[in-house]
Amino acid sequence: MTQPLIIENITAHYGTTKVLENLSLSVAEGELVSLLGASGCGKTTTLRLVAGFLQPTSGTITLGPKNLTRLAAHQRDIGLVFQNYALFPHLTVRENVAFGLKQRKFGGTERLKRASAMLDRVGLAHLADRLPGELSGGQKQRVALARALVIEPPLLMFDEPLSNLDAKLRVDMRVEIRQLQRANGTTALYVTHDQEEAFSISDRVAIMHQGRIMQLDTPEVLYQKPANAFVANFVGFENLLALSVTARDGALVTAQTGDGALMTLSQDQLGAIPDRFLLATRADGLQVTTDPAAPGLTATLGLRTYLGRAYQYQAKAGALALVANGPLSQPLDQGAVVTLTPNPEQCAILAPE
Amino acid sequence: MSTRIHPVLIFFTVLIYIFLLGPLVIIFGAALSDTTYLTFPPQGLTLRWFENIWNISAFRRTIVTSLQMAFLGTFIALIIGIPAAYALNRHRVTLPASLSTLFVLPILVPEIVIGFSLLRSVTVEAGVPVWYALLIGHTLLVLPYVIRVVSASLASFDFSIEEAAISLGSPPAKTFFTIVLPNIRSGMIAAFILSFITSINDVSISLFLTGPGISTLPIQLLAHMEQFFDPTIASVSVVLMLLTILVMVIVERTLGLAIVAK
Repeated sequence: MTQPLIIENITAHYGTTKVLENLSLSVAEGELVSLLGASGCGKTTTLRLVAGFLQPTSGTITLGPKNLTRLAAHQRDIGLVFQNYALFPHLTVRENVAFGLKQRKFGGTERLKRASAMLDRVGLAHLADRLPGELSGGQKQRVALARALVIEPPLLMFDEPLSNLDAKLRVDMRVEIRQLQRANGTTALYVTHDQEEAFSISDRVAIMHQGRIMQLDTPEVLYQKPANAFVANFVGFENLLALSVTARDGALVTAQTGDGALMTLSQDQLGAIPDRFLLATRADGLQVTTDPAAPGLTATLGLRTYLGRAYQYQAKAGALALVANGPLSQPLDQGAVVTLTPNPEQCAILAPE
Repeated sequence: MSTRIHPVLIFFTVLIYIFLLGPLVIIFGAALSDTTYLTFPPQGLTLRWFENIWNISAFRRTIVTSLQMAFLGTFIALIIGIPAAYALNRHRVTLPASLSTLFVLPILVPEIVIGFSLLRSVTVEAGVPVWYALLIGHTLLVLPYVIRVVSASLASFDFSIEEAAISLGSPPAKTFFTIVLPNIRSGMIAAFILSFITSINDVSISLFLTGPGISTLPIQLLAHMEQFFDPTIASVSVVLMLLTILVMVIVERTLGLAIVAK
């Protein structure tokens, strides 16, 4: 029933503007893949291409054995959940859920039975005779979910389904979405701009930028081993230092910034380090110490902000602006000269741009 | 909590109502006057001027023609206007903005100009029979209203529900009838009422397009006035007024006017 989705070399245009370039993506059977990116990155365009609301300039989209590329949208058999729920305002909750079954020529009693069972599963059986206008946002989204699931589609797609809900409900709903998707084993494509949301429920996440997938990996890999500067920045590596190696001593490598400042790194902790590389670190990945003998980068501190678990400093090392965290035990003042020590667990080595 | 209404507000409200309804009361009174000339307040009470409408065959015929034009013209305008309004709103981003202006242009051009150009083109050049020319004229007259009002309704229509229906397996054409139309019902009803009233009360376009043996009620009213100045004119006006109210009541009873106000 559930099918793998394969998108191959899709290019798409809006008028003369190219919005997707040679995009390929496959979602395995039962897998949930998120498309994550800022608005305009092409994630919604990708979803609309798969849904059939847009036509690609070139490339193919297949769902299991079925080639979707030129198939009309209403023949694609995809369960779609919209950002604004898109419930039919003139139909009751039950009629909304039964709508897809009606198109599939299910008889009246069978329709009713399946719609009621599905409403039961999302916990809305008691609201079956209400109109959508009488429901809260969370309830509407449950109805939308039930309406998409009841047709037992081989593919489920979500277009920012939680962005109109408040924070607490968002977390509850994403767990619920994940549970239902898992339980049915339905292949799913999920579009969001919310990193936490994407990482928390996805098997894999595609980080998109300017119509291209920058990296497609499990959330764990994306978070710890970003493949390039864009992804590193996107997942919260605030500092990006261009370095070149000046000396190697066993596992220890001495590297130099553009300004000539030196820092020592260990290949035991960071993996192989090429001669020229980018060091990406989170704020936690640059520890502030006042010990002048510590290996690292000499910097002058700027503004200090309080994070609760640490102090955060805007620091300057030569011309480089960096963000680093220091311990709560020792608040340092603006202008202090310190050493920023890279913490290998919060660092990643990237190829130079 | 009781809200006290300021006396000045009451004064102006009453004044405006007198201004709006006064003439209608006078017409109504004059229609009942037992005199052979128009007068108010009525001297004596009679319904014979209403009977007179029925006795004058021209009035009988023109009432029928007026109703035909109002119903048929509005109906045709709805059939053309709803899909047009739909297309204009659905493809708002890709269509040039000037296109929607083009569709409401007939409202901006003086009706008398439209009437004259229709006479020149449809009646004189194309030789279309009077009844059909009149129908074309009335359809054109109300079409911009239909497009405007239905567009207003579609502007608040969420087109993603149409996509939702399509994704659930409903073909686009079917979706238009099962999903789009039910959700712009209020706009369609409002468009119907507005068009009907505009059509049945129209003078300027009908003036040019009526011909031998075929006329509308307002035009017949004018013709009658040129020869007689009796209370029949007032009673016809009352009939026009009642026809309009009747349509409103029927719509209210069957479809619910509350929807229109929404």
